[in-house]
Amino acid sequence: MTEWLERLGRSGRFAWSAWSGLAALALLAALWQVGHEAYGDFILPSPLATIEAALAMLADPAAWEIALLTSRRALKGFLAASIAGAALGLAAGYFPAVLRVARPLVTVLLGVPPIAWIVLAMIWFGSTDGTVAVTILVAASPLVFVSVAEGVMSRDRKLDDMARAFGAKAFKRLTTLSLRHVAAHLFPALVVSLGSAFKVAVMAELLANVGGIGGELARTRANLDIAGALAWVLIAVAALIVVEYGLIHPVRAEFERWRVAAQPWGVKR
Amino acid sequence: MSALQLTRIGHAYFGRTVLDHIDFQVDSAEVVALVGPSGCGKSTLVHIAAGIVEPLRGRVERGYRRHGMIFQEPRLLPWATARHNISYPLRIAGVPRSERKERAMQAALTVAFDPDDLDKYPSELSGGMRQRIAIARALVIEPDFLFCDEPFTALDVALKRRMQDIVIETSRQARFAAVFVTHDLMEAARVAHRIVVLDSTGNGIAGERRLLNAPGHRSDEMIFKTVQSFLRDDPIFRHIDDVDERRLP
Repeated sequence: MTEWLERLGRSGRFAWSAWSGLAALALLAALWQVGHEAYGDFILPSPLATIEAALAMLADPAAWEIALLTSRRALKGFLAASIAGAALGLAAGYFPAVLRVARPLVTVLLGVPPIAWIVLAMIWFGSTDGTVAVTILVAASPLVFVSVAEGVMSRDRKLDDMARAFGAKAFKRLTTLSLRHVAAHLFPALVVSLGSAFKVAVMAELLANVGGIGGELARTRANLDIAGALAWVLIAVAALIVVEYGLIHPVRAEFERWRVAAQPWGVKR
Repeated sequence: MSALQLTRIGHAYFGRTVLDHIDFQVDSAEVVALVGPSGCGKSTLVHIAAGIVEPLRGRVERGYRRHGMIFQEPRLLPWATARHNISYPLRIAGVPRSERKERAMQAALTVAFDPDDLDKYPSELSGGMRQRIAIARALVIEPDFLFCDEPFTALDVALKRRMQDIVIETSRQARFAAVFVTHDLMEAARVAHRIVVLDSTGNGIAGERRLLNAPGHRSDEMIFKTVQSFLRDDPIFRHIDDVDERRLP
């Protein structure tokens, strides 16, 4: 009972902290407004006009379909990238030979620009969902891989010895110690790779012409509809914010309660 | 049947021999203090006996049911509350959650850990409190053998005495056997039935001395005199305070 009350309190604090985030967004909007007043409606429509355009768009159920399509693609690619990156990262953390082989490959993967992957994927898969998924997988998994491998390698071996002294077998040590330690390294990487999943999804949609927000951006560009283009950008960012703050951060907060406890009174965020 | 029997144990790290020809035995309900100068391989020997390190040579026979262990540092899980740290060995053993909670509470009371602090994280607790959690964690599985690897070295004098008393008291009540590694002879003379001195190069046991009376029934004066006479007259304790002398030219 008290545990649930505590959880409710934490959620409340989390929601309350949204005010500072809102303040930062308001600052951005102010700068945007300055740009609008300097360059005029055609180059940069005002933030209010953009929000109005976005709201007008979202009144149409078809726009929701488009936003959902992109979100679904981004999330699918993000999930595939996380699972593949985390699994390989675990293997590399435990077996240094795997890491030695994988590191140069990661450098190569990161060195090839995402745009090149989109072109290649378009040749291989045509204008399908596969193109978007493969591009996200290639763009987002190396970061997850490196973070998880680093996490496994930096685990506290003294805790491992302690668990062994109390009779823990390798699998139990993995689930109760290593994975818990890796989680701390994994979450920042997940936030970054989720962001890049959305970006790459929109980019791949635009180039591969497979609909979604990217497809709409291509259409608004062709029509020189600047307000429309900005509105779609706004919707894409909003979708990312919903997923990040609705999914990743609450899970992370649950894992990191002990870090908050370690902070002195008054600076809790 | 002895509680623990080590036969001709030998071990090496990267080709450098740290232990050789160790024969060592602990009876049931007996507390043995293992002393020796720093770097002589005491910790390695205890890690071998507890099954953390696989010895290169020799045999370990365990006649007890299950052991607990206390390390020099608390070695707590930073992400778990005191309660979950104490019940961690039970989680490894697959004990159901409700029973874990109950037994963690019992163990906390045994080591005089305030139950109000059970939901705090290690980072919120003092060094002494953390070491209490580590002791409670070793006792929660109701061990009949306890390994202590210099458990109180980092604590201040008063707290050290309290912790030693807790170990003496619980070992008498629960009748468990123990190996207590230390380089502090006063501590050894307080908690142990028998003191075993490891050779300063890790080559065999230098010798052993049995102490009068049971632990907890010795006056401070008597402990002080015993230690003084050990250090002054007894050849096996001659190298006890050497600081890794074999490395000096």
